[in-house]
Amino acid sequence: MTQLTDLGVAAIRDGIATGDFTATEIAAAFNAAVEQAQPALNAFIVTTPEKALEAAAKVDADRAAGKALGKMAGVPIGMKDLFATSGVQTTAASKILEGFTPPYESTVSQKLWDAGAGMLGKLNLDQFAMGSSNETSAFGNVVSPWRRPDDTAPLAPGGSSGGSSAAVAARIAPAATGTDTGGSIRQPAAFTGISGIKPTYGRCSRWGVVAFASSLDQAGPMARDVRDCAIMLEAMAGFDPKDSTSLNLPVPAWEAGLSADLRGKKVGIPREYRMDGMDADVVRVWEEGVAWLKDAGAEIVDISLPHTKYALPTYYIIAPAEASSNLARYDGVRYGLRDLPDGAGLQDMYAATRAAGFGAEVKRRILIGTYVLSAGFYDAYYTQAQKVRTLISHDFRNAFGEVDVILAPTTPTAAFALGENSDDPLAMYLNDVFSVPASLAGLPAMSVPAGLDRNGLPLGLQLIGKAFDEQGVLNAALAIENRAGFAARPAKWW
Amino acid sequence: MSVDTATVAKIASLARIKVSEQEIAAMVPELNGILAWVEQLGEVDVTGIEPMTAVIPNKQRLRDDVVNADPLTGGGIRDAVLANAPAPEHGFFGVPKVIE
Repeated sequence: MTQLTDLGVAAIRDGIATGDFTATEIAAAFNAAVEQAQPALNAFIVTTPEKALEAAAKVDADRAAGKALGKMAGVPIGMKDLFATSGVQTTAASKILEGFTPPYESTVSQKLWDAGAGMLGKLNLDQFAMGSSNETSAFGNVVSPWRRPDDTAPLAPGGSSGGSSAAVAARIAPAATGTDTGGSIRQPAAFTGISGIKPTYGRCSRWGVVAFASSLDQAGPMARDVRDCAIMLEAMAGFDPKDSTSLNLPVPAWEAGLSADLRGKKVGIPREYRMDGMDADVVRVWEEGVAWLKDAGAEIVDISLPHTKYALPTYYIIAPAEASSNLARYDGVRYGLRDLPDGAGLQDMYAATRAAGFGAEVKRRILIGTYVLSAGFYDAYYTQAQKVRTLISHDFRNAFGEVDVILAPTTPTAAFALGENSDDPLAMYLNDVFSVPASLAGLPAMSVPAGLDRNGLPLGLQLIGKAFDEQGVLNAALAIENRAGFAARPAKWW
Repeated sequence: MSVDTATVAKIASLARIKVSEQEIAAMVPELNGILAWVEQLGEVDVTGIEPMTAVIPNKQRLRDDVVNADPLTGGGIRDAVLANAPAPEHGFFGVPKVIE
């Protein structure tokens, strides 16, 4: 018999509805898996087994009473520790928020609980979602469940949603929430052989999500396959008057709309994404992806996104600029850490608190952001970056005049070892080279596992869609999933 | 443009982050590396291009002019607001003395 922890969102939901197992059995199985894996993987900052059981008991009682069950009924999930959860510590993986217990619930997490999901715990991440390897967390590295053959060196689970990717890949959670500012759902999904979608900017409410770069931040699901992502995204998305950038649009029935038949669809292959010295395995998987989409009936079109090379430097002005403003709120007065040296005044308290509470990468980005927004430099850096961002958005608009969806790699390489890139911020930033452009343009984009590299590590393919066309992205991803036959999973060593 | 130790000290002060001289010395080359890299944006011709302000076109909304329309973001919840304060005093946020 299949282990309960091998089941994904759809299988759990359907099995509970038909009575093959109870939600309580599922929650207990995942709670046990989390407990066993936690010392080795460190995927969670806090675990909440009682919350998972409590939600499961309610689903079981509702089913027994003949009540209608929600879209995520009985599915225990991991919640990235960037979402405020009422009564449960929320830290953004930073010492500056250690012990912070929100008296309110984020809109996205509330929607998931309302849909019948339960919480296994709060997942580790890069501090304030700034990082690509989960090494900037103040609560320790997350270790990927994947390893290279005959090598026990710990690998990065990607970032910033590294706890989410590790937990789903290790089968200790059937699904998890992620947030994506420049690739933080897609890159970790690609590194760990799972699926993840960042919807159109504004689909998921940002209310109650610790802010990093508000014009880019967007929540989304991370799960084992495309269908599970579609189900969970339906539960997460929707208009929220408490978020001024929330889209006032109905949530489409993405799961019901899934179709891997791409006849009549045009898929764009951006020539600027083919870079000199690109990893041979990444090129191979991308070419296989082209063949798979052709096989699904799509027409392949060569397209140009001429400003691609400027996306990453644009991002590294805009995101730190917004972060420096957003993170000004951590002042040691209203919540979180306070460091008050003897005899210090208010200004000294701010500076000491922020020095003690923020990690090195967070400080680096705050300083960059402060500099590019400062008098005399604002136009040269920030305004210029916002203009280039317009051009990047125009590139996509032009391309989508011609094609329905774009196919590209998710990352330039497979997962690297922990510590391999941590001394060089620029080398780490390059991880997001393929994911950042869609973020800057606010477009829906998804990573789906497509193959393995020469070391047996997962590689993902990325689908980028028109604004509001998550369905087109999900469908193209499904066509790849059906043909890639990706069945690899990490051998259990923990 | 590149930064020197005095500039980094000034930025850190603007950002209200206390940094030691050693930290500043380490940050100067790091920040210069990042700034030199982002400066390639200067070569892009942006003549006649508007800076982006909204990634997805959206109308700004006004909420109904009703007191406590949303209890979560309304008033009358002083204790909840103060619950996470590191040093609440007499129903206020406590801070070190500001005025002598």
